Amino acid sequence: MTSPEPPHRPDPRVLIVDDHQLFRAGVRAELEPLLEITGEASGVDDALDAIEEQSPDVVLLDVHMPDGGGVEVIRQAAAVTETPPCFLALSVSDAAEDVIAVIRAGARGYVTKSISGDELADAVRRVHEGDAVFSPRLAGFVLDAFAGPAPQPESELDALTAREREVLQHIARGYMYKEIALRLDISPKTVEAHVSSVLRKLQLSSRHELSRWAAERGLDL
Amino acid sequence: MTTASAGSAGELRRDRDAGWIGGVAAGVARRFGVDVTLVRLAFVVAAAAGGAGFAAYALGWLLIPAGDSRPSRVRIRTGRAAVEVALGTGLLLVAVLLTLRELGLWFSDAIVWPLFLIAAGGALIWRQSMGEPADTVGRERSASAAAVPGAVRAEAGPSVAAPGRAELAVAEGRRAAVAISRTGIGIALVIAAGVVFLQATGALGAARDVLLALIAAVVVLAVIFAPWIVRLLRSLTEERAERIRSQERAELAAHLHDSVLQTLAMVQRRAGEPTEVAALARRQERELRAWLSGRPAPGQSARLAGALEIAAAEVEERHGVPVEVVVVGDRELDTRHEAVVAAAREAMTNAAKFGGGSPVDVYAESADSRTQVFVRDRGPGFDTGSIPPDRRGVRESIVGRMKRYGGRARVTSAPGSGTEVEIVLEEEQ
Repeated sequence: MTSPEPPHRPDPRVLIVDDHQLFRAGVRAELEPLLEITGEASGVDDALDAIEEQSPDVVLLDVHMPDGGGVEVIRQAAAVTETPPCFLALSVSDAAEDVIAVIRAGARGYVTKSISGDELADAVRRVHEGDAVFSPRLAGFVLDAFAGPAPQPESELDALTAREREVLQHIARGYMYKEIALRLDISPKTVEAHVSSVLRKLQLSSRHELSRWAAERGLDL
Repeated sequence: MTTASAGSAGELRRDRDAGWIGGVAAGVARRFGVDVTLVRLAFVVAAAAGGAGFAAYALGWLLIPAGDSRPSRVRIRTGRAAVEVALGTGLLLVAVLLTLRELGLWFSDAIVWPLFLIAAGGALIWRQSMGEPADTVGRERSASAAAVPGAVRAEAGPSVAAPGRAELAVAEGRRAAVAISRTGIGIALVIAAGVVFLQATGALGAARDVLLALIAAVVVLAVIFAPWIVRLLRSLTEERAERIRSQERAELAAHLHDSVLQTLAMVQRRAGEPTEVAALARRQERELRAWLSGRPAPGQSARLAGALEIAAAEVEERHGVPVEVVVVGDRELDTRHEAVVAAAREAMTNAAKFGGGSPVDVYAESADSRTQVFVRDRGPGFDTGSIPPDRRGVRESIVGRMKRYGGRARVTSAPGSGTEVEIVLEEEQ
């Protein structure tokens, strides 16, 4: 146990929430050999029941579903279990406001459905370990949301640091965290820290654009 | 003098070519077959005898339609020039009237001043509601309509047509403002005429009583009929909303039928060819996304983000490699930024061809005065020091092109770590 690596946690148990049966089956088939799947759910109520019964570690969450979508699941999860799972949003949605709303509700990352099985399993593990997972598209949305002058009075939550911006730009350009660390001459853990910091700002900032998007989705954050 | 003009002699038409001012005298002369000098003399005499000639001339100018004529050489346009001309003319007229008043050639203040105001205000309103401005709008519309197909043909495409349309909208807005202010000034002048007349004849007090009674009647009627009117208006709005909804539904159905259902049919027919099915699905996905987000349909974007999406879709279709595009900020395309898109398309093509089938990431950022595009693959990469001379793509279409347009491009690659092309264009000072 002299390794500097943190102790390896057991593989996360995953719940798949999506209103498309075909898509759930596809994800399940891809993840089954790599991770433990506790079950599937097709809607908000279904998902809440499954979270209560199966207490999964990570919930793969569709952004768009009837009855409020992923946002509703995240909001109500705290009421059904004492140890809410981590949420990773998985969607075909192109609309920044939907994605940002799910992140602000508490999801720890967002990946698009075109992601490969291996990458998805990796993303689930990282979310489970407490990291944030940004796809190139989410990085683009965040850069867009934090573009322009910060509102007054300026809070440290309302603007990205130059380094955070640099890291996000690299993610948007398609670089892996390890590659970014190499290019910026910092450690992969530092890259991870920057991304987590951006996630925190994304969730807590009162920037006008973010608040507006949240308000449009009925979030009082 | 009267022979040159077009139009039959039977109708009374102002003859603007032969006339001195508005062609009223010349038109009257032609219609009745008398010498124009005589008619003019008659107007001058009538004007000298208390100003009736002015009023008659002004009425003639307003009421008698202009005959066909060559477009006058000096076209008075809206704007400062027009205001100055109008002010000048008005002041001259006032000066003439005051002179006549001093000389004793005068009816009474109660008639001449109101008439003068009415003539001025009426002229403004009439000219606005019939007459030249409508002509002008029509002419400019048809001119711009003719310009648009020309621009499309000139291969510069919609990017040229779009600013034209925007300008037209601005011009139309300005015209509307001019029309409103003109009509407003006209109405104010006419009302002022009425007030001056009433004041001069001492009937202003009585008129105020009548006005009060009228207002009271209107208020009473409004209170009585208000619920009924509100209900009528509401049902009209509801009906309109319902109509719009059903129209939207029909449009949605038509669009889905043309796009998604067609693609699904094709997917079923080619179920045995996975690459082709995947390509079909990707193309349909892009098209549907663009439609859902309200972006222009593929093939006609005048903005950076749209143009990059189109380029990515084309490359993806041709080479069967997924191309993911992320754009932060957006801007209009000009010639220089079209070069950026062209260079980026070339970089995408290279990435798709030589990237070993890995997905291609495109990231574009346009902010302040700087546009950057990154195109990256995770393929085998190559030694940038030894680009084979036959790979003209990189040298000519990317690096050379950007240099020509005042930007730059850089290729970063090493064996085993993929390739990234960076394209940068700064705003010209």
